[in-house]
Amino acid sequence: MSTPSGSPPQEPAGRVVLDARDIARALTRISHEILERNKGAEGLVLLGIPTRGVGLAERIAARLAETEGVEVPVGSLDITLYRDDLRRQPARGPQPTSLPAGGIDGRTVVLVDDVLYSGRTVRAALDAMNDLGRPDVVRLAVLVDRGHRELPIRADHVGKNLPSARTERVMVRLQETDGQEGVWIS
Amino acid sequence: MERHLLSIDDLSVDDITTLFATAAEMHDVQRREVKKLPALRGRTVINLFFEDSTRTRSSFEIAGKWLSADTINITGKGSSTSKGESLRDTVLTIASMGVDALVMRHHASGAAHQVAQWIDAAVINAGDGTHEHPTQALLDAYTLTRRLGSLEGRHVVIVGDLTHSRVFRSNIGCLTRLGARVTVVAPPTLMPSGVAAWSAADGFATSYDLDEVLPTADAVMMLRVQRERMSGGFFPSPREYAVGYGLTRDRLATLGPDVPICHPGPMNRGLEIAADAADAAQSAILEQVSAGVAIRMSVLYHLLAGEAS
Amino acid sequence: MTDVTLLRAARPLGGLPADLLLADGVIAEVGAAGTVDAPDGARVVDAEGLVALPGLVDLHTHLREPGREDAETVLSGSRAAALGGFAAVLAMANTSPVTDTAEAAERVHDLGRAAGLVDVVAVGAVTKGLAGEELAELGLMARSRAGVRVFSDDGRCVADARVMRRALEYVKAFGGVISQHAQEPSLAGPSSCCHEGELSGRLGLPGWPGVAEEVIVARDVMLARHTGSRVHVAHVSTAGSVEVVRWAKAQGIAVTAEVTPHHLLLTTDLLAGYDPTFKVNPPLRPSEDVETLRAALADGTIDAVATDHAPHARHDKEHAFVDAAFGMLGLETALPVVATVMVGTGLLDWAGVARVMSTSPARIAGLDDHGRDLVVGAPATVTLVDPDASVVVDRDASASLSRNNPWHGRTLTGAVRATFLRGRATVLDGALAG
Repeated sequence: MSTPSGSPPQEPAGRVVLDARDIARALTRISHEILERNKGAEGLVLLGIPTRGVGLAERIAARLAETEGVEVPVGSLDITLYRDDLRRQPARGPQPTSLPAGGIDGRTVVLVDDVLYSGRTVRAALDAMNDLGRPDVVRLAVLVDRGHRELPIRADHVGKNLPSARTERVMVRLQETDGQEGVWIS
Repeated sequence: MERHLLSIDDLSVDDITTLFATAAEMHDVQRREVKKLPALRGRTVINLFFEDSTRTRSSFEIAGKWLSADTINITGKGSSTSKGESLRDTVLTIASMGVDALVMRHHASGAAHQVAQWIDAAVINAGDGTHEHPTQALLDAYTLTRRLGSLEGRHVVIVGDLTHSRVFRSNIGCLTRLGARVTVVAPPTLMPSGVAAWSAADGFATSYDLDEVLPTADAVMMLRVQRERMSGGFFPSPREYAVGYGLTRDRLATLGPDVPICHPGPMNRGLEIAADAADAAQSAILEQVSAGVAIRMSVLYHLLAGEAS
Repeated sequence: MTDVTLLRAARPLGGLPADLLLADGVIAEVGAAGTVDAPDGARVVDAEGLVALPGLVDLHTHLREPGREDAETVLSGSRAAALGGFAAVLAMANTSPVTDTAEAAERVHDLGRAAGLVDVVAVGAVTKGLAGEELAELGLMARSRAGVRVFSDDGRCVADARVMRRALEYVKAFGGVISQHAQEPSLAGPSSCCHEGELSGRLGLPGWPGVAEEVIVARDVMLARHTGSRVHVAHVSTAGSVEVVRWAKAQGIAVTAEVTPHHLLLTTDLLAGYDPTFKVNPPLRPSEDVETLRAALADGTIDAVATDHAPHARHDKEHAFVDAAFGMLGLETALPVVATVMVGTGLLDWAGVARVMSTSPARIAGLDDHGRDLVVGAPATVTLVDPDASVVVDRDASASLSRNNPWHGRTLTGAVRATFLRGRATVLDGALAG
């Protein structure tokens, strides 16, 4: 986990693929897609996957509030304890999981994350959610889909499809967590 | 973090902070309908208890089970004879079954340290004689942190049979590390040997006079007086002990309403702690028990979830 | 069999080089280096640079036979003793069964004769079964073939003052001495295993306070004065005990005292890792006590060094610290330790080493054939020491059957090169002879 420190953040190396305005437009489009798909905001819950998924979920909720005039509940769903690669690295402390007051039972949950890659994070999120309740429908929204799936998982809402090589790195930076905004590839 | 948790000295302040942060997340699991996390699936944790302790054993057992570890309880037979199976034989036999962690309670000080040198599995000291009980100290400090916020500069008073208390020994290390100001109170016969040099070196205070210390307390920790110490060897009578060193109703009245009262349990109501104090709104005793599970989940997670070293 | 040996250019008590001819079990001739001719067929030992001492005597050894032959036997212990430069060892009575009868004493004596490497001298129990209640058959043990003169309940204290008084009185009839394991049991019980102080407080180990030893030493010297008998204090471990012994000697009380090599060098802080190798009774003490013990040995307040060699099978040490057996090996390392801490520091010269490791212990135990000056006519019982050899102790290179060696890995200065028992070589070139 990286948090903004005292000194101004340094831009990541590499090529900018989305700037702040691109991100804003992508999130607006995703918000509209969610509404269209759900036929309104009824029963929606947004669950962001820490760290950056939470910020993205809150931004989407803000847009939904603007468009529909409803407060869509937002929560965070940490997947650290559900990862399938726990043993391959030193133990990391879990991030907060917080469900909205109404819970997720019978709701339409939209999982929100920054990058979709192997699909393992989403797999872990589905497991974690299973222990917390039983939504009617689960959908997935991501800012970037960079391909290379290792599991049969696909996103319902994608900000940008970004073809990449496995050797490349995709970095998402958000104002609220990193003090800067954009998506880079290197 | 070290591979084992044998002593509170194995943990840096950062380690303790990390353990507390994880414990806070684990704490939430206790309120969930499905009390199960898959983090330790496929790991085997053995609770090897040479000394009876339903409370600590169940706490570790629940912690292990909620993290999906296979948790098995084994009661060790204390062997103090020169014949028969040695402690090393006993633990090597158990370790050979394929164990990832050994949670060990033993009547002898240092037993966990010795065992850690003999086996590959992670060893968690769940109380060794009159030496240490690190997870108890962690859960005590965690409980106090939730009540008081930072312990920096806070005055924690520990009262009771210090000589025979592993809770005291681990708490001293933990609390002073977190910046608390600690005063330990006991009659002279229950002060550990060499306490003058020890307290000077480690920066805590000692007192024989509970009433003098209580008014400035931000938290009070009462220690259990073991039955076998009551027969006149260390103090004349339970009655005299309660008057001098018990948290009586009168003393409770001198405490601020927000001063948490802790006790590692099981309590001798009416001896070291009056029922009114144990059941007071400010009592943290049940919180300690629930914190115990969270802390032990956190410890098991951090020692076992990551890559094998 | 060669029983004539010429020790060429040895330095008796560290003095000027001399030739010593050992023949017919006695020292047959002593002359300046290079002046004594070797008779035909004599073994010639080049002893240039080596110090010659009268064969060492250990007042305090546990040989474990009968009862725990897996830890040590009279034979294995005799080998370790000879390699350590000893010519006589006193075998403590806490075997199973206890050496509390004439027959038991004779058995140990005979096993020692059969081994033939050192004189194994039986110590008799003071009380039956070491129970501290009824006197053992002290007189019968004294009259036996074993000729017992030293009595001890070692491992346990003769705690009852009346029993101790009677024992002291009774042994006067045959010139016996009571060797007391000074440990007041109400102050230091069976689980007490760590010097009582800050460390025992921190480690949570049952404390063994120095005062538990000192009150017994004080009581016993008063009883010795009252009875007009001799008392010997085994393994003195505290400065307080030294003070009492010094005072008692100044009063003319017949008290003698021994100190172990480990109490002259090892300190209580070694217990911090809970390694039972360092668990011994009395416990290792702080460095202030160690300093006082060294000084007391140098000035004669403490008469002798005694090993308290206490072999234990591995599984008896692999328990939790408080449950593990007390004791450590000592026979093979005693002389190097004394050389390192006493000679190396200038506290004793080699004549002093001869006094504390041979002459005084022989006198205390009443062994007329031991601890004699290296002069013509004396028994040819001699230990040759390389005073400059630097040796790293290896617990696996031991003749003892046990491995509870606290000196493992330490570098000590001084090594036993040869031992002769009444003219017969038991050790040559640092190895068992023949």
